[in-house]
Order: sequence, then structure tokens, then C-alpha cells
Amino acid sequence: MSNFNIFAVRAMYHFEMSRFRRTLMQSLIAPVLSTALYFVVFGAAIGERMQQMGGISYGAFIVPGLIMLSLLTQSVSNAAFGIYFPKFTGTIYELLSAPVSYFEIVLAYVGAAASKSIILGLVILATAATIVPLEIEHPLWMMLFLVLTSVTFSLLGFIIGIWADGFEKLQIIPMLIITPLTFLGGSFYSIDMLPPLWRTISLFNPVVYLISGFRWSFHGTADVGISISLGMTLGFLAVFLAIVAWIFRTGYKLKT
Amino acid sequence: MQPIISVANLSKTYASGFYALKNVSLDIRPGEIFALLGPNGAGKTTLISTVCGIVTPSSGRVTVDGHDILDDYRAARSLIGLVPQELTTDAFETVRATVTFSRGLFGLRANPAHIEKVLKELSLWDKKDNTIRTLSGGMKRRVMIAKALAHEPRILFLDEPTAGVDVELRRDMWALVRALRASGVTIILTTHYIDEAEEMADRIGVISKGELILVEEKVELMRKLGKKQLTLHLQQPLDNIPPALAAYGLTLADKGNDLIYSYDARDAEHDSSSIAALLGDLAATGIHFKDLQTTQSSLEDIFVTLVSDRK
Repeated sequence: MSNFNIFAVRAMYHFEMSRFRRTLMQSLIAPVLSTALYFVVFGAAIGERMQQMGGISYGAFIVPGLIMLSLLTQSVSNAAFGIYFPKFTGTIYELLSAPVSYFEIVLAYVGAAASKSIILGLVILATAATIVPLEIEHPLWMMLFLVLTSVTFSLLGFIIGIWADGFEKLQIIPMLIITPLTFLGGSFYSIDMLPPLWRTISLFNPVVYLISGFRWSFHGTADVGISISLGMTLGFLAVFLAIVAWIFRTGYKLKT
Repeated sequence: MQPIISVANLSKTYASGFYALKNVSLDIRPGEIFALLGPNGAGKTTLISTVCGIVTPSSGRVTVDGHDILDDYRAARSLIGLVPQELTTDAFETVRATVTFSRGLFGLRANPAHIEKVLKELSLWDKKDNTIRTLSGGMKRRVMIAKALAHEPRILFLDEPTAGVDVELRRDMWALVRALRASGVTIILTTHYIDEAEEMADRIGVISKGELILVEEKVELMRKLGKKQLTLHLQQPLDNIPPALAAYGLTLADKGNDLIYSYDARDAEHDSSSIAALLGDLAATGIHFKDLQTTQSSLEDIFVTLVSDRK
């Protein structure tokens, strides 16, 4: 048998993507609709009465932050639910007894969760473009940040899905940590607008760097340097990969 | 003959300190049906789960067709199909999709013809596009078997395959197991139904409190440990066993109307004249009987005796 079970990766990936298609209303339409409402309220309605942010209309300014908000929460939720559900139903036995490596399991489940998030991000972007005037200065960087963030936070979701032993735990981190950090990470404002103390505190919020880098790819301006944003994103990726590697090495919450 | 599964000195201690398996050694021969019997919590599922890769062994070694289950897990696991005890299915998937998924998971290219064959053999073809949640319990059990057979395994583990299924499905499963064995598949099954093991198995293993008490050919086990009983229905009831017959260890039943002679199946073979001698001595003491019957203890009796002896 070869050292890479491509058929297993495909099977797991397609299985997860078919769940995405089955639950399109919940997976895609609901987050797109709620984000579109933000654009309508803060972009088109209130945004027209607000000052421009560094020469950019407020509606266009919040687009990267709002995409990031959906991207982070959906990446975490998709991946967490994807691996938690087999644990909950007991079908995880099939993964554990199949000739698949842990790397292949992560590749398929995180890959599927990240794919869903990327699709979601692009649909939200397309929706935003119909509501607010939008230009993307660095489209390749935008895609890079979109992919990196989706993969990184899908890994976090995968970790949460392994750790969780109930549906409540699945929701705790996205609701109580990710969403507040994203709101306070500059989704709706530039952290340069904050008083110096709060600006310093904000720099401890990791989501600031993700939103800043993503915003730079759209508008060419950012709260922190692009290299720092990229470095932080890759740093998160490395940390989450290390945790996933530890989980599989020890069988934490998977094997007895 | 090289064993297809070799378990050597396998032990498993859970984090709680519970010893689930204690130094278990067992060889499974290719093409046989091996029944693993034991009371609840004896370690049957832990043993199966360890061989299949779901439970990590604490010590010992397991090989499947020569492949170590830890060092060479891909080769080992690709040979095995597992039907777990619980009905764990993807409720919202269709029958065909979930069986196809299982084949892919085991590293095989899609083969709709094989999936169709498996589903037809299990009477699931008509339900192929149904979501699993719409199926009955028995049908879900069939789906579990179809998933285990999707990658054409050489070894099939059936953990309590007929628990909670109706008689018809049970007989269908027995027929399926026989057909699989005929095609060369090695089958290891755990069961609470002793008659199932008696009906199906070539060899029996009895596990109790994590220890493999016994592994024996079914026929040999029944011959060795099976008690035979000769019951004589007397013409006249007896109050006591006459002293001349004391050596036979006879007992009276049914208010002295039945005279019972118990003997080991082995003894009967080694000393076939014992019954003739008894009958002669009965005639000499003037005891006459109107009818007689012999019975042999079932595998269930043997199992209960073995397990209770360990308590």
C-alpha cells in the first residue's frame, strides 16, 4: 500500500463537502445574509453619513473586516462540527480503523472546512461588491490571506472539535472568544482611531493582524505592517499544527 | 499454517487503571470462523478494537497477515473489515453514499459494480438511495455490514452482529457469514448467543475478566467438556440407589421414577462398555426400565461452567 491514501482523503473531503451542500441554508446562505445586513446598515445606510477612513468610503473599509468575521467563525465552526459529529455519532470508529494517517485525516477535514470558508468568503465578497463600491489593490495577497486564514482557523476548529465533549463546548470558543476578538480587532474601525492605551491593548489581539493584513490587500493601507500580519498568521498556523500533531501523537480524546 | 492474525502477550490497561486485557495470546487461522465468547465487560470488544486500531495496546504485539498493527498499520488495517456492536451510522447519508465512502476510506478506487453486488447480497439494493435514518434497525445493521465489506476485506470482525435483530435477519446473517467463509474470508465474531457460536464457529475462544481462558475447536471442546446424561425411566420407582450400583454415581429424579447416569463425553469414548455394564448391573439387581434417553450439554452449559469456575 502506498504511503499516501489519496482515495481516503478524497472520500473524507467529498463526505464533508456533501454535508456542506446538504446544509447550504445554514452553511452558506445564513452567514452571507447576516453579513449582507451589516453592509446594508453600516455600509449603505449609516456609512454614507460617516467620514472616509484614510480616503476610503466607510462601506468599503469594513468589507475586509466583515469577511474576516465570517471567515474566522465559520472556519472554526465548520471544522469543529466536522470532526465532532463522527465522535458524537460513533462513526469515528471507521476513521480510526481505516488505513489512513493522521495527516490524511487532518488534510481532508481541515481542507474541507477551509474550502467551505473560502467559498463563503468569496460569496460574501461578491455580495459586498453589489452593495458598496469596492476595489482590490492586491488580489493575489487577498487570496493568500483568505486561504491562510481559512486553513489556520479550520485547524483551530479541528482542535476544538476533538476537545469538545458536548455541543455547548463547540459553540463556546467561536461565540465567546473569536467573535468578540474580531469585533474588537478593527472590523469596523482602524485601531489608529483608538486612544494610545487601547491601541496598545489591541495589539495583543491576534485578530488585529489578520484583519489588518487582509485590509491591506484590499486598500493598500493597514494598522500594522504587512510582513507582521503575514508572520502572525503563519505563527498561528504553526501553533495550531503543533497542537494537532500532539493530539494525534497522544491520541488525546480520540483513542483509549 | 501461518496464522492470519497473531496476538502475542497483549495487555490493555485503561487510564482509569482497569485491566481490560491481561497477557492475551491468540492465533487466528486463515479461513476459519472464530467465535469469541465472554460475559459483558470480559474484554471481547477491547480485543477486537485493539486489533482494528481503535484502542492502543499497553503491551504485546499483534500482526495481521504478518503486518504489525502499529508499525505497518496501513497494510494491516486494509485487510480488515469491522462491524461494530453499536449501530453507528451517518443518519443523513444515503446507503450507497456511505458504503462508497467506506471503500474510499480503505484506499480503493470507486467500484460501483462491487458496491451493487454487496448491496444486493444484503438485500439493500432497493434502499440504495434512502437516507440511513429512514431505515429500520435491522436494515441499519445490514448497512454496517455492507460498509465493512465495501473494501473486500480478507478478515471480518463481527462484534455482536445479531444483537437485537429478528430471527429472519439472524438467519440471513448466518448464511452470509457462511458464504463469506466459503469465499476465503476469515471471520471473528463475538456473540452472546451461544447457539450462534455453536451453529457457526470452527473454533471457540472464551474470555473472562480480560483473560483468554480457553481456545479450542468447537467439536473438541464439546467432546472434552460436554457432559452426557443417560436417563432411564423406571417401571417401578426407587426410594434409594441400591448399594450394588453406588460406583456409577447415579441420582434419582421425578420422585424415584427416573434414574440418571452422568458421564463425560470423553469417558464414554474411552470406556464404551460403561453403559452396557450399568445396564447389566441394573438387570442383575432387578431394576427394569420402560424407556431411556441421552442428552449432551450444550455450548452454553459449557460456557457457563467455564466462566463460573473462574469466579
